[in-house]
Amino acid sequence: MRKKSKTRNGKIRPKKITTGISKEEVKRELNISAIDEGTVIDHIPADATFKVAEILDLENHKGVVSIATNLKSKSMDKKGIVKVGGKGLTQNEVNKIAIVAPDATVNIIKNYYVKEKIKVNAPDVIDNVVKCSNPVCITNNEQIATKFYAAKKDPLMIKCHYCERTMGKEDIEII
Amino acid sequence: MDFKNRDIISINDFSKEEILHILKLVRQVENRPKASILKGKILATLFFEPSTRTSLSFSSAMEQLGGEVIGFSNANVTSIQKGESLWDTIKMTEQYADIIVIRHPLEGSARLAAEAASIPVINGGDGANQHPTQTMLDLYTIQKTKNKLDGLHIGFVGDLKYGRTVHSLVIALSHFNPTFYFIAPDELQMPESYTDELFQKKIKYFKTADLNRFAKEIDILYVTRIQKERFPDPLEYEKFKGIYKIDEQFLQNVKKDLKIMHPLPRVGEIDKAVDSTSHAAYFGQAANGIPVRKALLAMVLGKLK
Repeated sequence: MRKKSKTRNGKIRPKKITTGISKEEVKRELNISAIDEGTVIDHIPADATFKVAEILDLENHKGVVSIATNLKSKSMDKKGIVKVGGKGLTQNEVNKIAIVAPDATVNIIKNYYVKEKIKVNAPDVIDNVVKCSNPVCITNNEQIATKFYAAKKDPLMIKCHYCERTMGKEDIEII
Repeated sequence: MDFKNRDIISINDFSKEEILHILKLVRQVENRPKASILKGKILATLFFEPSTRTSLSFSSAMEQLGGEVIGFSNANVTSIQKGESLWDTIKMTEQYADIIVIRHPLEGSARLAAEAASIPVINGGDGANQHPTQTMLDLYTIQKTKNKLDGLHIGFVGDLKYGRTVHSLVIALSHFNPTFYFIAPDELQMPESYTDELFQKKIKYFKTADLNRFAKEIDILYVTRIQKERFPDPLEYEKFKGIYKIDEQFLQNVKKDLKIMHPLPRVGEIDKAVDSTSHAAYFGQAANGIPVRKALLAMVLGKLK
């Protein structure tokens, strides 16, 4: 965890956000500029970057959106970053992100500083977020909310409450 | 242990202790049948797909205990034809009955029915997912023929990929320190999701395509039909049809007290000549459906503890 610097009166001084982008990459003038207000989702597995954008419906977002993927990362193979200006995340959105990007960090940005850092965590029960991949599951044939249990967290395996089929990451389709 | 108002949807919902308690009550019902304990109670059998065996044995069990049976065995005659949802069908049915048995081709339908109903629901088979009363009667048959459930060597032969009865029985037996032998060609072998679970539970299992390889080790051989309806390509079915045959010749290499089970119907996997040997347990297994279903009906209706 990053060490927090303190001011003389003991208050935590907010740190400027670092995105994990190497200096070299910064030099090349990335289009990932800092945002004054909004959310930065970091440490997304590269192959889930656009999934996160889809979950947040960024195609229709009116504010600034920056998406970078296949970035070098110390802690993971290759990562993606999504920055969304002027948008906070709902708990439901955080839960959805946790399913495709279980190691992601969500940074809430206020006035160019990280106000809050949330480590996402795949929930034990996933309500109405994922579509069951089993075509003969009742949830794909009757209008009801889906429900899954996290059978295993690393790698994520989820089990349908109704048809009891277990699905891996490759089968997960967000509603 | 009180099972009053409990739904019976999946074998995964039952602990080892609960399974053992249920089997104890089944034995009680079989040895000392109590007539009329369900007098005045109504069972609704909602069979959205045909199943003579399950439907008849539930109806017979209910009537033997003094209860009455209403229902249908063909969804074409119901409001489902008019587009009624399963949820609404259940909401309507619960006004007319004290307990529901549902069989439905869609997986998870019984769980949904149980959520819709305020009365107990028993799953009589939801697609390829669960058929818990079959699993209970399989367990009861094993316990009855072997006088125990613990530490047995159990072989499964046939369609292990799609066989719902096999999957549920394997999960239920994994409470009892078994050794499993999965006998099937690669294309029909036990799915990895199940063998992974066995590995995690440290349960010993062997996979083979050769029926004779472990013949001398096995206490119970659970034979299943290669299900024609599961193969999209009829040529594929032809390839596997009749691949295993339990006959007198096979029985020359087995343990003296080997018991052979089959959920029935069979289509040639077990030769008729086997029927008259001491190994045949499959007709007794089918007969056990009655005491098992009687006990479960009486338990969830609060008449048996």
